[in-house]
Amino acid sequence: MNLSGALSLALPELVLTIAALLLLVVGAFSKKAISMVSLGAGLALTVAAFLAATGPAGMQFGGSYIADNAAAFAKVFIYGFSAVAILLGDRWLKRLDNQSFEFPVLIVIAALGMGMMASAGDLISLYIGIELHSLALYVLAAFRRDDARSSEAGLKYFVLGALSSGMLLYGASLIYGFAGSTRFDVIATAVQAGAQNGVLFGLVFLICGLAFKISAAPFHMWTPDVYEGAPTPVVMFITTAPKLAAMVLIARVLIDAFGDAVEQWRQVVLAIAMISVVVGAFAGLVQKNLKRLIAYSSIANIGYALIGLSAANQQGVASMLVFMVLYMVDVTGFLACLMALKREGRPMETLADISGLFRQKPGMALVMTVLSFSFLGLPPFSGFWGKFFVFRAALNAGLWPVAVAGLVLSVVAAFFYLRVIKVMWFDPAPQGAVAKEPVEAKAVAIVAGLFSAAGIWFALSGLDHLAMNAAAALSQR
Amino acid sequence: MITLPMYLTVAAALFTIGVLGIFVNRKNIIVILMSIELILLAVNINLVAFSVYLHDVVGQIFALFVLTVAAAEAAVGLAILVTFFRNRGDIAVDDANLMKG
Repeated sequence: MNLSGALSLALPELVLTIAALLLLVVGAFSKKAISMVSLGAGLALTVAAFLAATGPAGMQFGGSYIADNAAAFAKVFIYGFSAVAILLGDRWLKRLDNQSFEFPVLIVIAALGMGMMASAGDLISLYIGIELHSLALYVLAAFRRDDARSSEAGLKYFVLGALSSGMLLYGASLIYGFAGSTRFDVIATAVQAGAQNGVLFGLVFLICGLAFKISAAPFHMWTPDVYEGAPTPVVMFITTAPKLAAMVLIARVLIDAFGDAVEQWRQVVLAIAMISVVVGAFAGLVQKNLKRLIAYSSIANIGYALIGLSAANQQGVASMLVFMVLYMVDVTGFLACLMALKREGRPMETLADISGLFRQKPGMALVMTVLSFSFLGLPPFSGFWGKFFVFRAALNAGLWPVAVAGLVLSVVAAFFYLRVIKVMWFDPAPQGAVAKEPVEAKAVAIVAGLFSAAGIWFALSGLDHLAMNAAAALSQR
Repeated sequence: MITLPMYLTVAAALFTIGVLGIFVNRKNIIVILMSIELILLAVNINLVAFSVYLHDVVGQIFALFVLTVAAAEAAVGLAILVTFFRNRGDIAVDDANLMKG
């Protein structure tokens, strides 16, 4: 294929690159155009998602860029959730009189990095994608410059993120040296001929570095602090799109490049998954701050996604993808509720703040109840189906001890979701009027709640079908 | 004659020093930034040594990418450090505990 053919394969990323550069210039020269920049960024992300869904499949640039069903699946959701983050964040910052054009541009740049991660076909594009999205996220976490907690969150995120990039890179250098190439398909051939210790040593470093990025325990120490300190729309962004991108990337590395070393990496991934589920379930029990609660909940949920992945077959990868998407919808809705709710001008962030919410804001309380039940994994809601798929994949792969342990720990975690519900419905409300919710956060919350409660019945089979196709693209090579 | 294992040993030593520098040092964020640079340079030694050993140029290209990204990373890190300093008046990590953990 010639250059234009190669470029057309990477069209979604090109659109985002050009859009980010253009919007940066527009924002720098026109002080009034902030809302226009946000609109343009959202539009660019939508166009990129459309192009990713309909574009051609193939491998280009010397194998470093792959466009296949898995990449398309991931990109549609990554770009979609990035657009939602711009919608929520732009309005949220405007209400704080802190609206600035850098916010949408940074999200577009982060989305571009995540697109590269989803399409990475060798270690160099893997590294560039990870760094591109990480650097943008560090800045986003510290976005409220005048807030001490926000800049502390950004600093912690930066230090631990840079450490994880270093570990990932060290692993990549060892894999390159001992497998003889940075390309995943060549690494796969080398691993097929017998994985040397050097390669496996490198792989462990690589997995550790990636585990930092998805905030899996024991590499989760940054998560609660960053979630508490960072602006709420940024928390929503960090919890959704980058995790999906990193999970797809992990799946591609483990299945594509190391598909013949399953027995070796499965132990590592399962250990990380089980530690994440334990830490998330038990540490979540003592949290009073809802954003910290979400942090531990996301640690536990990444553990479930990794359980699905460690089945290491088409069904396992598909269950991981379905689980991630359903979880992303739930967490977006929950954080949109937190963005919408304010008492006496102060955002509701702790359990005490939301007590008695049902009497003051029955609609929002109902949405948060639905989403909490969904996190918990109660049958009619979407979270149940995510967990069901993951455990089914684990059982079919013969990993029944892990599935049983995961099930038991999800009962432990149920306690803190039930406490949220109990506090909202039965505790007395504190003094102070609840402000009217902003339209866009309320709309996002209600859509997420409806999807979790009802929409899932219509979407599940389609979603499962798409995820199976995406997983097939990974496991066929 | 300097052999590949010698390069790998030096790189592994530098990498370990860098990681320890982050975990042991609890005083100064500038030292943490230096440790991060040390880690990335250890990786570069690895990459270039492997590249020569394998007669494959990709490792050196990778090293150039790493250098570029390291510069960008340092810029972002220092920028965040400046906002942190403006809010707090110092950059001691010991006091970075507005949030528990």
